[in-house]
Amino acid sequence: MKKTAILLALVVCFFACSAYAASDAFKNNIYNPGELQPIDSVLKVKVGQIAPDFTLKSISGKTVSLQDFRDRKNVVVSFVPAAWTPVCSDQWPGYNIIADIFTSNDSVLLGITVDNIPTLFSWTNQMGKLWFEVLSDFWPHGTVAASFGVLRSDGTAERALFVIDKKGLIRYIDIHNINQRPRLEDLVRELEKLNK
Amino acid sequence: MFKKIFGLATAMLVIFMANVTGAAENTAPPVGRPLPEMELLLPNNSGELKYLGLRSSGKTFQISQIKARIVILQIYSMYCPYCQAEAPNVNRLSGLIENNPALKDQVKIIGIGAGNTAFEVGTYKRKYAVAFPLIPDEDFKIHKIMGEVRTPYFIAVKITGGHTEVIYSRLGALENIDLFLAGLVRSAGLK
Repeated sequence: MKKTAILLALVVCFFACSAYAASDAFKNNIYNPGELQPIDSVLKVKVGQIAPDFTLKSISGKTVSLQDFRDRKNVVVSFVPAAWTPVCSDQWPGYNIIADIFTSNDSVLLGITVDNIPTLFSWTNQMGKLWFEVLSDFWPHGTVAASFGVLRSDGTAERALFVIDKKGLIRYIDIHNINQRPRLEDLVRELEKLNK
Repeated sequence: MFKKIFGLATAMLVIFMANVTGAAENTAPPVGRPLPEMELLLPNNSGELKYLGLRSSGKTFQISQIKARIVILQIYSMYCPYCQAEAPNVNRLSGLIENNPALKDQVKIIGIGAGNTAFEVGTYKRKYAVAFPLIPDEDFKIHKIMGEVRTPYFIAVKITGGHTEVIYSRLGALENIDLFLAGLVRSAGLK
């Protein structure tokens, strides 16, 4: 019966976890990799530690370092697995309409994937004009993701959120099930905590 | 041994049935057919309940209970760029209806936030100053019943004597809202 219960749980999980609502903005261009192992990496940082510094190129043409925000802004780092995949395409467009929530919490958002700049440029163009920097951790492949411990064995990144305060300390980590989008309220709650 | 085989067989049957059900539901509601039955979360504010003509009892409601001749359903997501771009147009449609005494009590709009939590629905509502109710569908239950359509997707339903009939079902922006509304009024036989 134990096996039955496990199988039933897997069935329920499959149908509950595989749902996503693709925006027509991406037409039929989203590649669906199917249900993936929820987490496939070993985290190398923890809350309370100084976040590993990084310098990456943005699709805006800028070079952005985490260090740039020290003593100035809180930083939310949003790793998403890959461009042109279902849940990822349904995550950053939501952040794009809440710039006011980031601003009111003295925070900036940095989006990172392991895709190269041309791919990120094409993909994010479908999302409208983004207010935040989108950074490429393509080469050396996934170095920043690996430094946080969120590089998966297939070379993609986890769906992960890190909230880093003005002192560079990691205040919140959400290594999310790759098949699901993090709930917005959980991130907003953590941003609001930074002011307390 | 028999128990194990029985257990595995049961699980396989569940997988098979789930796939069959999924396949059956995997198309958008077609025009001319009743809207599939679904339980939507009841709004928790009196203004929205009044707009829909619903009582505050219970946790859910069905489309056929809405006090209107036509209900326009917008399947959207806070995370969908096209839905965000379409929000002002849908707001104009809502205004057009509310400012027309002949349509105000006959045509209602609700949005269904596919995969969106109540907080996410509220965030979208505030961002775009949406006047009509937006219903969260966090677990994609309604979205699955609606055929897992891409967003935004619009469905209009004619309600007659508690029965529903789909009179519009299409992916994408509404574009000309005057023509859209005139078409619905004509299809539903409203004067």
